[in-house]
Amino acid sequence: MSTYASVPGIVETTEVHGQTIVAVDPARLVEACLHLRDEHGFNFLSDIAATDYLGWGEVGVAGYVGTAGGRDLNAPGSQGYARTPEPKPNRFCVSYQLLRVSEDPARLRVQVWIDDDEPLESVIPVWPAADWFEREAWDMMGIRFTEHPNLVRILMPEDWEGHPLRKDYPLGGEPVRFSDAE
Amino acid sequence: MAIVTPKRIYDGSRIPQPIPTVLVVDPDKHSLDDILTVNFGPNHPSTHGVLRLVVDLDGETVAGIHAVIGYLHTGFEKNMEAKTWWKSVTYAPRIDYVSFQANELLYVLAVEKLLEMPVPRRATWARMALTELNRIHSHLIWLGTSALELGAISLLWYTFDDRDSLLDLFEMAGGTRMHTRYFQVGGLAEDLPPEFTSETRKFCSAMLKSVDEYEAILDRNAIWLERTKDVGLLSADDALALAQSGPVLRASGVNWDLRKAMPYLAYDEVEFDVPVYSNGDVYDRYKVHMDEMRESVRIVRQCLDRLDAMENEPWITDDRKVVLPPRHELHTSMETLIHHFKLVTEGFTVPEGEAYVVIESPRGEAGCYLVSDGGTRPWRVRFRAPSFAALQATATVVQECLIADLIAIAGSLDPVMGDADR
Repeated sequence: MSTYASVPGIVETTEVHGQTIVAVDPARLVEACLHLRDEHGFNFLSDIAATDYLGWGEVGVAGYVGTAGGRDLNAPGSQGYARTPEPKPNRFCVSYQLLRVSEDPARLRVQVWIDDDEPLESVIPVWPAADWFEREAWDMMGIRFTEHPNLVRILMPEDWEGHPLRKDYPLGGEPVRFSDAE
Repeated sequence: MAIVTPKRIYDGSRIPQPIPTVLVVDPDKHSLDDILTVNFGPNHPSTHGVLRLVVDLDGETVAGIHAVIGYLHTGFEKNMEAKTWWKSVTYAPRIDYVSFQANELLYVLAVEKLLEMPVPRRATWARMALTELNRIHSHLIWLGTSALELGAISLLWYTFDDRDSLLDLFEMAGGTRMHTRYFQVGGLAEDLPPEFTSETRKFCSAMLKSVDEYEAILDRNAIWLERTKDVGLLSADDALALAQSGPVLRASGVNWDLRKAMPYLAYDEVEFDVPVYSNGDVYDRYKVHMDEMRESVRIVRQCLDRLDAMENEPWITDDRKVVLPPRHELHTSMETLIHHFKLVTEGFTVPEGEAYVVIESPRGEAGCYLVSDGGTRPWRVRFRAPSFAALQATATVVQECLIADLIAIAGSLDPVMGDADR
């Protein structure tokens, strides 16, 4: 756990399913990434995944998870006990999936939590591969990256309105024109 | 063994500045009055799908380029959020329709990670055999189309003939030739039919012979050699910086294969070699593909030996909260009927949490990031598509090449547009 304690702006380190997650202060993201690249050898940016947690915990409850494999049937969140998920610190979470390509391989997830319309600094100077990943996060989730040299839509048409992967984006919302309406 | 072979492909970095994926015409090298901008695609037959390249040409030389994608965007990730966990399995193979089995495996592994569910070993070895067969399938399509684009038309018919016998094997196992939905959370949808191993063994012997023949056709073809050697250079440092993976990375001298470096399934129990070449050109990418087909055959044969030794073992876990109960019990057991009904109508729930699972797909690092809120549907599904990352390198690899070589180079990155656009 203390391996990443010296990362600038570190908020907390957690371990889930054997995967290490480092939450950092959004304002010091690039600094933290540079540190992880240069001091810890994370030379490969595998992915940038943005997640929208709008409405998290409001719909649906945790169901039953007890199995023959030995999970506790009576623990909260298991069969019979309705439970809402743990609250999240902010609306959007951007996960940077890092990989160390070396004889001692490792993976690390750097997460920043931001609010709607809160910009992040681009990590292109750290890993050039961030270019399209950030454009996709902008296109699909509306995460703004400052200092990005070419932050335009990548998958949706240029004149598209809205960001489709947001939770408040209407499903089936594309208007259909009928001939009698003209 | 060292991960990076120290070989100089070119000095420094060729990644364009300030936008790493856009090559802007250099006014010192080219007269801006002579530049002709050509739209290459999205409906060009040799761009492996609907890839659009906007090329600035100075005569026949590519002076500037940028790739435009999104023509095949179908909103898989959004769709999967609205489907239950087990219905989403059908979406995964359709994302990368050439390496369908690998993508199916990826999604299923990610869900199993969230469930922390152990899988019977017969299912693990069957999954390995099928994903390796799928790797051969993907490489055959790559080889056939790439050779076709450079004028070696005959090779396409040979590779598609082999591909057809491969699809017969998938049909035998899963019932359909592509997008089998054969991998199920917890194991397999059905047991492998008894004749599967013997038929696959026949295919393996034939395949090794075929690979030798393909190499004999291409390696003595002067046109193929001229058009692939020293074309589309990419150095190891640039490849890592641009998050290239799979054969492209290994052709640049980086000895990196997730099956060896961070093994999943049972790859730590099989013997195989990772082919690495160090010239970073189109020819070396072709060599990596050829060697990988041979290595895949080697892995498949070891899987078949194991599968033969574990006949009659369970092929899916016996977790009734996640896995559909055996059909024959439905008529006699009330409990089974209830489980079946709940699973089919509501689906199973996955504990709250998040996981990022990565496998070595035929195209390299393919990842799946899942977030669950504890319900019956995924909160967020995100696919790290190797083709998407590969296309980021176009502006780096095509610098100052000829327009005719552009086709060979773009093809050598092996993009599948369904994978890139999702």
